[in-house]
Amino acid sequence: MKVLVTVKEVAEVADDFEIAGTEVDERYLEYDLNEWDDYAVEEAVQLKEDGPAEEVVTVTVGPERSEETIRMALAKGADRAVRVWDDALEDAGLLDVETKTNLLEAVVEEEDPDLVLTGVQAGDDAFGATGVSLADELGFQWGAVVNALDYDADENVAHVHRELEGGVEELTDIDLPAVLTIQTGINEPRYASLRGIRQAQSKEIAPKSLDDLGLDAGAIESDLEVTSMYEPESESDAEIFEGDASETAGELAEVLREKGVAE
Amino acid sequence: MSDVLAVAEHRRGDLRDVSFELLTAGRQLADATGGDLHVAVVSGDTESFADDLNREGVDAIHTVSEGEEFNHDVYTQAVEALHAELDPEILVMPNSVNGLDYAPAVANRLDLPLVTDAVDFDYDGGLTVTREMYGSKVETTVDVAGDQQAVTIRGAEWPAAEGVGDADIAEFDVDIDADAGSTVTGFEEVGGGDVDISEADFIVSIGRGIEEEDNLPLIEDLVEATGATLASSRPIVDNGWLPKNRQVGQSGKVVTPDVYLAIGISGAVQHVAGMKGADTIIAVNTDPNAPIFDIADYGIVGDLFEVVPELIEQFE
Repeated sequence: MKVLVTVKEVAEVADDFEIAGTEVDERYLEYDLNEWDDYAVEEAVQLKEDGPAEEVVTVTVGPERSEETIRMALAKGADRAVRVWDDALEDAGLLDVETKTNLLEAVVEEEDPDLVLTGVQAGDDAFGATGVSLADELGFQWGAVVNALDYDADENVAHVHRELEGGVEELTDIDLPAVLTIQTGINEPRYASLRGIRQAQSKEIAPKSLDDLGLDAGAIESDLEVTSMYEPESESDAEIFEGDASETAGELAEVLREKGVAE
Repeated sequence: MSDVLAVAEHRRGDLRDVSFELLTAGRQLADATGGDLHVAVVSGDTESFADDLNREGVDAIHTVSEGEEFNHDVYTQAVEALHAELDPEILVMPNSVNGLDYAPAVANRLDLPLVTDAVDFDYDGGLTVTREMYGSKVETTVDVAGDQQAVTIRGAEWPAAEGVGDADIAEFDVDIDADAGSTVTGFEEVGGGDVDISEADFIVSIGRGIEEEDNLPLIEDLVEATGATLASSRPIVDNGWLPKNRQVGQSGKVVTPDVYLAIGISGAVQHVAGMKGADTIIAVNTDPNAPIFDIADYGIVGDLFEVVPELIEQFE
């Protein structure tokens, strides 16, 4: 079977930063592979190593800069990559779930995978909705927040655990083709090996414009507009201990004794 | 078309807290739109759920008696049909694991703009949603276009609705195609193990700040010296450094100790959901802007690798 993994390059914000208009000033952003997608890539690569998957393809919606992140996924074992970008996307602002669904749907139709893995959410805008929306649009089955996956090739069924709140997991059987949104902790993502990094240089990253995907500008009209961005006000009334480590530890110890939890 | 429809959530026979928070959020929106607040409850013992959901400010409750537990195919079809019937302006659902398993499908089918994880709304002829980005480092306000919208709300951001209401309660018949391709086969409690952190009086909890597994013995020395119980935030468990039964948070255990000492924990909202009920919260973190300090009673802005050895010395 063929596995398609959605890979997002997300921006991380430095501890100290400034906001310019409705965006974090570019100077304070660092780009990296979305944490949840790292687990999704690992799960796909393991499906290939264990046998059921013949090919692992990644798809990213992102500018040329994101190729660095895509190479990370290729170095970890994905076979090739598709990168969707267009000048129209450059100016689009916050992409809504429908827009991302439209773009990814066009790629899925071209690639025809049996299984699509996405991260549960992206570390930057944290919508957590694209995978399920995509599945519904495609007429695929789906499972959200999957933290264990056991694929049964004979039945073509994914036996999954969905991580609910409060330490409970739901056990669900999902027919393929399907989209699963992958939770952190499902596996242990590997580091890219030097050999992997070298090999990734020669793997294909196919750029696709809206035109290539048979889409027009209407497909990326977002219903959402960010109108303001600000740092949340701190509501802290914590008593902060001042001094060197010995002094602060002393005060902390005092509190623990006062509360009667340590002697 | 100015009504609001909120969808309740339950699990294993109990309505979840977010259901009552949805009533408050839904009422807030309905007051702004000038419409009625409709509530849907799907699957399980809908009759008793409906009685419980009949709180002040609820105008109508629609029950869909199909299935026992959450199933996304049933929920998607039920909410889609109810939305078509009621034609509400705003559809509100929980930003829970199950909410995120059907809300995007409903929004897609109904062609509604979807905003997830709302922490506040503003309505002035059109909907504006407040939400966080970049791991809670910034808040944004987002204008949502269109005549109808779908929103999921973050748990514990609105107070639970109280009082007794006089809503009309009625069964809503939906022709559900039960031959969908996913089947819930059961539930499993995670973790197990020998320690129940939810029983502990004093918890020392560690997060990403401890950097690597080799630093775990330092914390274990502190636990040993103080007689505390060791717990952690999610990344520590994801890395396999501690078993799942030690995880505090939304997807782990909820703890209510006398003292919760958070070491190298930034205080992501999912973690805070599991420990904010502690009597006294103490945080040790190098980042003075870490959200954990917003809920802490005492704090040390400093390097845990300097503070913890000194603290151990205090108790040896």
